[in-house]
Amino acid sequence: MNDQYYISAHCSISNNIVSYNNEAVFEGTGHDIPGFLLSVYQHLGVKYPKFYKMDNLAKLGWLAAEVLLKDFDKTKYQPTDIGVVLSNAGSSLDADKRYYDSVQDIASPALFVYTLPNIVIGEICIRHHFKGENAFYIFERFNAEFISSYVSVLLETGQLQACICGWVEMTATGYKAVLFLVEKEGATPFTTENINKIYSTANG
Amino acid sequence: MKKVFLVADNIISPLGTTTAQNFEHLVNGVTGVRQHDDKAMSDGRFFASLFEKGYFQTDECWTKFEHLLIASLTEILYGVDKNISDKKTVLIISTTKGNISLLETEEPGPELDARIALHTSAKKIARHFGFVNEPIVISHACISGLVAMITGMRLIQSGQYDHVVVAGADVISKFVLSGFQSFQAVSPGLCKPFDTDRDGINLGEGAATVILSAERPDGEVIELASGAVSNDANHISGPSRTGEELFYAINKAMDTAGLKPEDIDFISAHGTATVYNDEMEAKAVTLAGLQNVPLNSLKGFYGHTLGASGLIEAIISAQSLRQNTIIPTKGFSKQGDANPVNVCSQLISKPLSNCLKIASGFGGCNAAIILTKLKTAP
Repeated sequence: MNDQYYISAHCSISNNIVSYNNEAVFEGTGHDIPGFLLSVYQHLGVKYPKFYKMDNLAKLGWLAAEVLLKDFDKTKYQPTDIGVVLSNAGSSLDADKRYYDSVQDIASPALFVYTLPNIVIGEICIRHHFKGENAFYIFERFNAEFISSYVSVLLETGQLQACICGWVEMTATGYKAVLFLVEKEGATPFTTENINKIYSTANG
Repeated sequence: MKKVFLVADNIISPLGTTTAQNFEHLVNGVTGVRQHDDKAMSDGRFFASLFEKGYFQTDECWTKFEHLLIASLTEILYGVDKNISDKKTVLIISTTKGNISLLETEEPGPELDARIALHTSAKKIARHFGFVNEPIVISHACISGLVAMITGMRLIQSGQYDHVVVAGADVISKFVLSGFQSFQAVSPGLCKPFDTDRDGINLGEGAATVILSAERPDGEVIELASGAVSNDANHISGPSRTGEELFYAINKAMDTAGLKPEDIDFISAHGTATVYNDEMEAKAVTLAGLQNVPLNSLKGFYGHTLGASGLIEAIISAQSLRQNTIIPTKGFSKQGDANPVNVCSQLISKPLSNCLKIASGFGGCNAAIILTKLKTAP
């Protein structure tokens, strides 16, 4: 059922390495997670001041989408025909803890807004002007079967023409993002097996 | 495309533990929102719809959030002839913050992180009731409940599952209340959805469950006819200025269901009673040509129950269709000048067939579903 859709690009960020279509494109510097994320941002050479106010999960997802979509011609589609379906295990717990620490002093609305996992989708949609279907799911592990079948349904039923999907996880000590751009044309069939393979070969 | 039916539903709220009890209170104008003075949650007094202390409490086995889900699932699964352990049945859980209140009371560490994780709750609950498939958790801000129903609908339409049990819940604690307070988004009194003097939300606790099925029960039945989701791509904490993206979701849902504006009998709005949300919804409703259709918000009865709200309000809407009764908007009295919509302020009794339910949330997300009453089997 899935073989009429294709992975036209994929990107992973983990273990200090950014990969695009299986090729390492950047090895990060920085001694901690925020330092690493900043080094990726600087490497990309884009100017996007909103980046600085994002939490780590949103930064990670935003950077992965930036790399994923570098050659994507979104003008082929209507904004409402492009969607984003993401997943992880920890929801927004990293931001939740940072927010709750602020509550002891003065609760910070700037931190509170990131205590929802779908905010990373909102940030990607704002950046790329995507207005289609969006959803954030939580699974203990990357659920390739669910992602491949559900995104295929969205494409098959014409809800979307293109979809950015995958996994974006941020904890206090680790992170991993693996994003796929799925369209009706491309080289690699969008199957459970293929996305699982790409996910597991991503470092980390 | 397969049709998807609502075959059972339940609401657990401070107003009652069944859909019928809840609906009866709404018909009688009874609200769960009242003033609270609880220093563990807020230095000052606040209005919210909360369960009595001790009614649902975290214990060794289950958290308060899980107790709520279990109560709702137990009520709905009791006596329902649906094989939970069937391979074609799956559980979907909808929540925004789940177990987050544990951050306030428990020792930090990896164990606590694992306990808070939403997949932990989902797995425990799935096992408790005997579901065999891995449960799906959706956490998508204030539209979680509708996205959960839409996900369930699609999983049935595509033939992957025959039955989907969709349960949602959220608990109010200092974490959530302080966050909305920090946004200056909490009303100092009872909330006033769509009112010209509206001044913010009330928060609320609750749980709700619907069973969606490909099998049509006998007699009159509610169909989940369609659903659509969109994103504003504008701002992470403020709604669209134009309402165009919510309108897009409304239009898509109506189109898919084959309905025209004149076919919609009433609208169940998100209606949080913040200045910007209600204004945006009114704009979207107007763009859809639905400005004269009776519209309500139930936030004056339940407060904003976050991940449960879409489910609770969809279930009440389904009950409205069955009872041919539109619930008024508690807290509303004065229509604003900008973008007038037809806000219900009195109970309306008339034949009803189609309801539009909408919601919007942080992250710029919008959702719309259509519920349709089918009278006799074809």
